[in-house]
Amino acid sequence: MGKQPAAVVGIGQTHHRAKRLDVSMAGLCREAMDRALEDAGMTLDEIDAIVVGKAPDLFEGVMMPELFLAEALGAAGKPLLRVHTAGSVGGSTAIVAASLVQAGIHRKVLTVAYEKQSESNAMWALSVPVPFNMPVHAGAGGYFAPHVRSYIRRSGAPNHVGAIVAAKDRNNALKNPYAHLHNEGTTVESVLASQMLWDPIRYDETCPSSDGACALVIASEDVAAASPNPAWIHGTVMRSEATSAAERDQVNPQASRDAAAALWKQAGIASPIDEIDMAEIYVPFSWFEPMWLESLGFAEEGGGWMLTESGATALDGRLPVNASGGVLSSNPIGASGMLRFGEAALQVRGLAGEHQVDGARKALGHAYGGGSQFFAMWVVGSDKPTS
Amino acid sequence: MRDVAVVGFAQRQMPEFDGSPTCVELLVPLFAECYEQTGWTRHDVGFWCSGSSDYLAGRSFSFVSAVDAIGVIPPVNESHVEMDLAWAMYEAWIKIQTGEVDTALVYAFGKSSAGVLRRTLALQLDPYLMTPIWPDTVSLAGLQARAGIDAGLWDERAMAEVAQRSLTDAEKNDYAVRKGGSSVDALLARPMYADPLRKHDCAPVTDGAAAIVLAAGDKARAVREQPAWLTGIAHHVDPLSMGTRDLTRAPSARRSAAALDVTGVEVAELHAPFSHQELVLRRELGLADDVSVNPSGGALVSNPMFSAGGIRVGEAARRIWSGEASKALAHATSGPALQQNLVCTLASTPEGTN
Amino acid sequence: MPRTLSAPVTVAFDYTRSTGPVIGRFLTGLRDGVVVGARTSEGRVVIPPPEYDPVTHQPTTDFVEVSSSGSVTSWVWVPEPVAGQPFDRPFAWALVTLDGADVPFLHALDVSSADEVSTGMRVQVRWAAERAGAITDIACFEPADDGAGAIVPFPGDDVVSGVVTPVELDYVYAASPEESAFYRGLAEGRLLGQRCPTCHKVYIPPRSACPTDGSPTTDEVELPETGTVTTFCIVNVPFLGQKITPPYVSAYVLLDGADIAFLHLILDIPAEEVHMGLRVKAVWKPREEWGTTIENISHFAPTGEPDADYDTYKNQL
Repeated sequence: MGKQPAAVVGIGQTHHRAKRLDVSMAGLCREAMDRALEDAGMTLDEIDAIVVGKAPDLFEGVMMPELFLAEALGAAGKPLLRVHTAGSVGGSTAIVAASLVQAGIHRKVLTVAYEKQSESNAMWALSVPVPFNMPVHAGAGGYFAPHVRSYIRRSGAPNHVGAIVAAKDRNNALKNPYAHLHNEGTTVESVLASQMLWDPIRYDETCPSSDGACALVIASEDVAAASPNPAWIHGTVMRSEATSAAERDQVNPQASRDAAAALWKQAGIASPIDEIDMAEIYVPFSWFEPMWLESLGFAEEGGGWMLTESGATALDGRLPVNASGGVLSSNPIGASGMLRFGEAALQVRGLAGEHQVDGARKALGHAYGGGSQFFAMWVVGSDKPTS
Repeated sequence: MRDVAVVGFAQRQMPEFDGSPTCVELLVPLFAECYEQTGWTRHDVGFWCSGSSDYLAGRSFSFVSAVDAIGVIPPVNESHVEMDLAWAMYEAWIKIQTGEVDTALVYAFGKSSAGVLRRTLALQLDPYLMTPIWPDTVSLAGLQARAGIDAGLWDERAMAEVAQRSLTDAEKNDYAVRKGGSSVDALLARPMYADPLRKHDCAPVTDGAAAIVLAAGDKARAVREQPAWLTGIAHHVDPLSMGTRDLTRAPSARRSAAALDVTGVEVAELHAPFSHQELVLRRELGLADDVSVNPSGGALVSNPMFSAGGIRVGEAARRIWSGEASKALAHATSGPALQQNLVCTLASTPEGTN
Repeated sequence: MPRTLSAPVTVAFDYTRSTGPVIGRFLTGLRDGVVVGARTSEGRVVIPPPEYDPVTHQPTTDFVEVSSSGSVTSWVWVPEPVAGQPFDRPFAWALVTLDGADVPFLHALDVSSADEVSTGMRVQVRWAAERAGAITDIACFEPADDGAGAIVPFPGDDVVSGVVTPVELDYVYAASPEESAFYRGLAEGRLLGQRCPTCHKVYIPPRSACPTDGSPTTDEVELPETGTVTTFCIVNVPFLGQKITPPYVSAYVLLDGADIAFLHLILDIPAEEVHMGLRVKAVWKPREEWGTTIENISHFAPTGEPDADYDTYKNQL
C-alpha cells in the first residue's frame, strides 16, 4: 500500500499579538483549533488524532505542555503526539499529521502548533549560559547575523535588499487581519533608518515576538471529497544536518538543498520558479528571503537577491513570497512553520482574502530551525496529485 | 498495512552518567551496536526519529546536537518528539507505512540525574494551579497507590510481590541499576518512604539511552531469521487532572489494548515506574495470569527517562528474536500516574499467528 | 580526577501567565477566600474548574461556590520535601473533596506525621494571610476544627487575569569527555583540538561525534592562538541574562590549523572596524584567574598582520 492522498480541509489561526493577555495557553490553541474545525465543518469529536507542535518548553516553562492541555484540546481518549524540531517544528508537525493520514491510519487529524512567548522571554530561554563556554550568545538574531553577513559577502548583494524584503512583508501584513504587526507606512528607507540590532540585521528586519497558534485539519481522500476546496498535499520533506561541522555551508546548507530537490521531485516539479505560484518561506530575518530563494532553487546561487530586488517576490510579482506578511510580521515561534504551511494551503484554496495571490494553484510552505539545520517543506495544490 | 518488524535494539542504563546532557557519547556506541546487529551503515537508514526532553537536560534545543552521533553528511530524513522512545518509534512506523521509507532507526536519551528528577517532573503539571506548589512525581504516584489500596484493588503485599519479582528478574539484566530480590516479607519489613510507597515501589533515578531499528518486509527478513513483527500499535492519552481521573484506572491503556489483539501474548514488558502501576496495567491490558510480566525486571529496576518505554519494546522484541516467545506485548507510559499510554504487540510472524 | 568536568547551572525565570476567564475566575475566588468550581455538562461539580467541558468541549461558564471544608479521598506522605513545596518539613499531599464538589482537588495537608492522616478525615482550607490570586492563596489544608477556615478579608475587587510563577531549577551540567580535555587544556594555557579519524578534520573544541561521520574525534592537535575572523555580528541589543555589556563583537574565529571556527569576543579594535578576514590572536586573562574555561581567553585582538585571503576561509561560511 503506497502513500494515501491527503488534503488540508480546515485552517485556523489566532490573531497574533505581542501579548495575548486575554487567553490561557489552552484558550490560544482552541482559538485556532475552533476556527480550523469550523472551516472544515467538523467537530472535535470527529477528529481521530491530535498532533501538537511547539518550540522549546522553556519558553512557557511547562515540560511537555500537551499533557496538561490534553483535555482542553479535546485529545482525551485519543492519540496525541508532540513534535519538537526547533524552529521548523510547525512544519514538521503538519508533516507528521499528514503522514498519519497518508499512512492510512487515520482519516481526520487535527494538528495545532503554538507559542505563548509573552509567558517568558525567548532571548533568555535561548541564551542560558553553558558552563565553560563564552557567553557571547545573543539569541536567534545573534546566531543568524554572522551568516547573513556571509551571504552578503558571497553574493555581493547590495545593502538594501534586506530592507526591500522587510518593507514588502510588513506591507503584505496590512492585508492579513491575523498578522501581529500592522505597521503602516513601512518603506525601504524607514527600514534602513531603523536601529542596527545585531549588525548587519536592523530592528525592522527582525521578526517580532508573538503569542499565537495555528491549526490544520488534514483529511483522507474520501473525507476531502466532501470539501469544496481541499488543498491537496503534493509532497512533504524533512531533512536535518548538524548545527556546526567543519566546512559546513551555513548560508546554503546541504540539508536545505537536498530537501528542496527531494520535494520538487516528489511533487513532480521540474522548474520551481515556473510551476510554483506562490511561496510562504520561513524568513525570520529579512535576508533569509534571498538566501532561501537560492537554496530552494527559485534562483541561481548568488541570484536570490536579484529576484527580490526585481520585485518578483511582491504580491503581484512572478513568485509572491510571504503574501501573509510572513514570520517578519507574526512570530509565535512554534506556530510560525505551521502558519507558512497553512497560508500556502489557504492560497491554493482561494481563501486568503485580501492577500490572495491571483490564480494560485500550487504553493510552497517552508520552515527551518535550529542553526539552519532542520528543514520541513510541503507543496500543496488545488488539484489532486496525479501520481 | 505494511509488515514492519523490530530488527535491532541497543540500550545503556546507569544510575549516573558522567557525560554531557546531549548524551552524544552514549549514542555513538548505541548506533554502532545497531549497525552490527543489522549489518547496515547509517546510509541504510531511511528515517531517524528521536525522543528527549529539554527540561531533563536543563536547556533549550538540547536535542539538536544528538544528530551529530548519526553523522549527518549527507543530511538525513529526521524528526524529534518531546516524548518517550516508544512514540518516536510510532512516528517512524507511520513513516514506513506511508511507503516513503523502508527502514528507520529511532533513539532516545536522557540524563535524569542532571537535576532533581521528581521535582523537574512537576513542570509537567498544570502550570497555573499545580506547578506553583510543586507536587513531585513520587507523591502523585503515592496518591494513586493509596486510591487503589483504599478501594481494595491491591495492597502493600501485592505491591511488594511486584517489586520482589522485578528485583529477582533484574539479576539477569546487565542494564538494571537496582537488582537483588530477597523476599516479600523482607521487603514489607523495610520502612515506609512516601507512605504508602516504600523505596522499592519507586523506580530508581536512571540515566540512559536506547535505540530501536525498524524494517519493512524483506528488508526485515534480510536482517534476521526471526524478526519481531509489529503486529499492532496504538496509543491514547487521558486528562491530566488528578481529581477528575479515577486514579485506579488507565482508560488510555485499556483503549490502546482494545485496538490490538492481545490474545496469546506470552510475555509482556510493561512500563510501570511504580509497583502498583503494573497492577493497574495488568488489569487494563487484560493480560492473562500466565503471561510472563517484565522478565527484564521492568522500569521498577531501571527507568531512564524518555528511553524506558521504548526499552520495553526492545526487551519484548529480543524474546521474539530468540524464539523464547512467539507473541509479546510492550507498553510505554508518559505523564503523571499513567496519563498517556502506548501498547504494541510483537510476534514471530507478520500475521501474529503461529 | 573525574572523567568529565561539571558545574552547576540554575535555570530560573518568573513566568507571567495569562489565565483566561476560567482559571481567572477560580483564582479571583481564592483571593476573595472562596473556592469556585464549575458544573460540567455531566452535572458534576469540578474543582478547579476545567477550562473546557470534558464532554461538549465548550468553554466553562457555569460556576459554583463550594465549601472550604471537605474530606480526604487519598493522601501521601512527603518525607523529603523538594524546593517550592508548601512546606520545607515533612507533610502530606491530599486529594480533598470539598463539600458541594463531586471530585477532589490536590493541595498540601499540614500534619506532623503520617499517623495523623487517614482517608475520609475532615479537613479545611487554611487561607494564606496575604492573598494575590494564586493557588498559593490556599496555604494548605488542615485538620478541621470548629473555627474553620477563618478568612482574612482582601480588598481586591478586580478580576484576576494573570499569575506570576517563578520556576527555578538547579542542574549539574557536565561537559563531554572530549570537551573536558579541551577545557583542562585551557587551564594550562593550551588550545587542544582533536582530529576526526575518518575525515581528518580538526575540531576545536573536540567532539564526541564528528558531525560528518558520527565518529568521536580522537587524535589530539595543539593549535596556535592565532586565527582569522570568518564572520561576525555586532551585538547592540541588551537582553535578560546577558553577561557582556553591548555593543560587542561576537565573531567566528578560525584558529590556524583548525577546520571549524568557534565563537568568541573581539576587542582592542573599534567594533565598526572588525571585518571578515581580520587576523586575530588570543588575549589571555592573568594566569591567576584561569580556570577550566574558554573564558581564560579574555578576547581576541588584531595581530596587525594583513587580512587573510578570502579563499582561505570561504569554505567556513
